[in-house]
Amino acid sequence: MEPSAKVIANRLNESKVNEARVNEPQRLSTLDIELRLLMEAIYLRYSYDFRDYAGASQKRRVVQAVRAFDCKSVSELQARVLHDPDLFMQLLQYLTIPVSEMFRDPSYYACLRQEVIPVLKTYPSLKIWVAGCSTGEEVYSLAILLREEGLLDRTIIYATDINPQSLEKARKGVFPLDRIALYAKNYQEAGGQLDFSSYYTAAYNAALFDRSLCDNVTFADHSLSTDSVFSETHLVTCRNVLIYFNRGLQDRALGLFHESLCHRGFLGLGSKESIDFSDYSQRFEPLQKRERIFRKL
Amino acid sequence: MTRPTQLQDVAAIVVGASAGGIHAMMQICKDLPTNYPLPIIVTLHMQDMRDSRLAALFQHHLRLRVKDAEDKESIRPGILYFAVPGYHLSIERERVFSFSCEPPLHFSRPSIDILMESAVDAYGANLMGILMTGANQDGAAGLLAIKQAGGICVVQDPAEAEIDYMPKSALALQTPDLILTLAEINALLISLGDHHVH
Repeated sequence: MEPSAKVIANRLNESKVNEARVNEPQRLSTLDIELRLLMEAIYLRYSYDFRDYAGASQKRRVVQAVRAFDCKSVSELQARVLHDPDLFMQLLQYLTIPVSEMFRDPSYYACLRQEVIPVLKTYPSLKIWVAGCSTGEEVYSLAILLREEGLLDRTIIYATDINPQSLEKARKGVFPLDRIALYAKNYQEAGGQLDFSSYYTAAYNAALFDRSLCDNVTFADHSLSTDSVFSETHLVTCRNVLIYFNRGLQDRALGLFHESLCHRGFLGLGSKESIDFSDYSQRFEPLQKRERIFRKL
Repeated sequence: MTRPTQLQDVAAIVVGASAGGIHAMMQICKDLPTNYPLPIIVTLHMQDMRDSRLAALFQHHLRLRVKDAEDKESIRPGILYFAVPGYHLSIERERVFSFSCEPPLHFSRPSIDILMESAVDAYGANLMGILMTGANQDGAAGLLAIKQAGGICVVQDPAEAEIDYMPKSALALQTPDLILTLAEINALLISLGDHHVH
């Protein structure tokens, strides 16, 4: 007899599973209620709509903010945030996740270069939307790629985000020098044609990127939760942004991308993102499934 | 807590392991049937390679269906889900997965704590957590959260674990319901399936 049998028998009784009990949704905890109220308060007071963000990650980040701001509860944080726009701006840094790197997932950029750029070259002028651009790493990566392919001068890039502090960093184009070795490695793996150091000037532990890369970049405040489409585009790239949304908000964002894209336009997502569970799964076709690059149907 | 959770109340199983985890997972999932009545959701620390082949590797050896968890996928019974490298895996209250790129926790992304703590919000006491071999304290806090919510906690016997740091870290925070060898965990999962009637 297995030694575990007795142990298991002690834990089991013979009754059947109570499906109703097992499958009933968990009751809202006080913290869940507080989180919901906080997001409602932020929406009503500051017009930032986080109400349809995925809850698990949002909860962790608000709990971190509660600690960082020395509050006893989310309710206390809510009261302070309602009356203090500066504190809201600090909280916004927790509610958004500025984690990015240049040429993140090099094979994604290699795929853009090999399979998307040749099609984009057939257009006389191009518009590209980097949705949720955060601190700009993807924007600079894309600009470098377009310059090497001779397309940058006839391209307008719209780089949008909801976080003004991230947009300000993106505009400056200054990145920590200790990240550059990784970026250079990514750049090479992505099929970069030059020495990566030709794109920046190093000083004081920072790398200042070539200003001219951003000559045709418009950094702008835009919310995938509340704003609408502002331009027709040929390529939308939105990487690791949709994962923070619930299904409904994902559908809204994908709807904006679909509406913005021209006939047979391209959509690039994060390397593990999925549209399979979206209403829009049938309205894009994979160009390269592994790289999450799609074309509008 | 009104009453202790019985095994037949379990609606999902979450598992964490690090170094030695592949072998341990293989042992505890041996002979689980294709129609296993519960979802099994696993965070194994792997090197941060882009494409994990865990699902394919396990599918080769198991009858149970195995796949990588996907963002916003609904969780279904009878499937062994793996967290993918580079993203934290959480379970939403609606019992769908979601991914996030928050910084690594305990040097790990995916983190076991994040999986287990979010699973508690989704399943409450109707949850079994299993923590096994590893050289990292990730998972100890998550397993404690399961315990505090009234779920069932299982820790691999440190004497048997390839690396005992992870199970010992869990034991430092709580006395779990069961401390078992891999063979015993396997028997537990099988009988759990037998007692769950569709």
